[in-house]
Amino acid sequence: MGARLLTSAFFGAWIEEAARSVRAERDELTRLDAAIGDADHGTNLDRGFTEAVRALGDRRPATPGAVLVLVGSTLIRKVGGASGPLYGTAFREAGKALGEAPEVSPADLAAALAAGVAGVRRLGSAAEGDKTMVDALAPAAEALTAALAGAVREGPGADGAPEAGTPAVGRDGHPSAPEDGRDGHPGAPVDGPAGAAGPDGRGLAAALAAAAEAARAGAEATIPMPARKGRASYLGPRSVGHQDPGATSAALILRALHTVAARW
Amino acid sequence: MVGIVLVSHSGPLAAEAAALAAGVCGMEVPLEAAGGTEDGGLGTSPDLVAAAIERADRGDGVVLIPDLGGAALTARLFEGPEVAVADVPFVEGAISAAVTASAGGSLEAVLAAAEEARHFRKL
Repeated sequence: MGARLLTSAFFGAWIEEAARSVRAERDELTRLDAAIGDADHGTNLDRGFTEAVRALGDRRPATPGAVLVLVGSTLIRKVGGASGPLYGTAFREAGKALGEAPEVSPADLAAALAAGVAGVRRLGSAAEGDKTMVDALAPAAEALTAALAGAVREGPGADGAPEAGTPAVGRDGHPSAPEDGRDGHPGAPVDGPAGAAGPDGRGLAAALAAAAEAARAGAEATIPMPARKGRASYLGPRSVGHQDPGATSAALILRALHTVAARW
Repeated sequence: MVGIVLVSHSGPLAAEAAALAAGVCGMEVPLEAAGGTEDGGLGTSPDLVAAAIERADRGDGVVLIPDLGGAALTARLFEGPEVAVADVPFVEGAISAAVTASAGGSLEAVLAAAEEARHFRKL
């Protein structure tokens, strides 16, 4: 397959973008958590992602899988509460699914996201409809897999048609060119507009846009649900009418993934 | 001897529950408390839990007894062949597990004893 491969720099950029989003939405997350939880979700997640960015900055692992495992371990240690173990497990399971490959494909990313969601379901014994982060994560993982499968079915003709100026053979002839560029300049901003976003890159960005939208809609759909898991479940029917903070932050993190893919 | 770690959101709650279980049990048991955050606040610290498991481990396995919510999820991160999490009442489970552990019960026996505490009637 000709999809552009994703490096540890891509995953590092994702975590940086997620940290920025969480910081920007920190007070809103805490406000949501104050309604049905213990009013610390924004603060805890902000602290965790800040530490994750710092950990990656100290020494970013060479492989995407190792990046996500390090992020997961950091979140477990620094976030606390229930969301620390849950997000930590999500990232660690996703990282383990990516193995030790130096670069991974969009399909690998989709499989890793699915593995992360499965880990969260297992640890929290939560299903969709329980008013948890699973309500955002599960539809996002499904949407990503479905969108990528659809992109493959459409074939290179549909994808490549508007790309007359950048013949596919050029990409295929220099598959490692973007990597060489980044590896040669480790100080270069990897989160800046990466020029070589070819049709495959846009295919991934479009698929991640679908995933982010599924997560957003999934989070919004938690509003009328009574909570069946976590601290909010003690409120029973009184949790109805509030959007779940964990589902909301999960949607933020997936939106950050799309943001980074769109400029990758 | 099987070790026991009480995992709570509160440091004092974990420490006092451990002291109570040890006192009621009346014998030497590797019974450790891992409560609260590292800075003494309410919450669960994976690092404190890891350290407590290490202290409680005498080579025969360790049973973790969490109070609720995030403490249970944190405890589950350590599940393995030698470390089991008991989904049981915090105080009653701790005492029941400690008594069985002090009598030399296996990891399975200590877990089963803790599970029985779920059905203890007080009146």
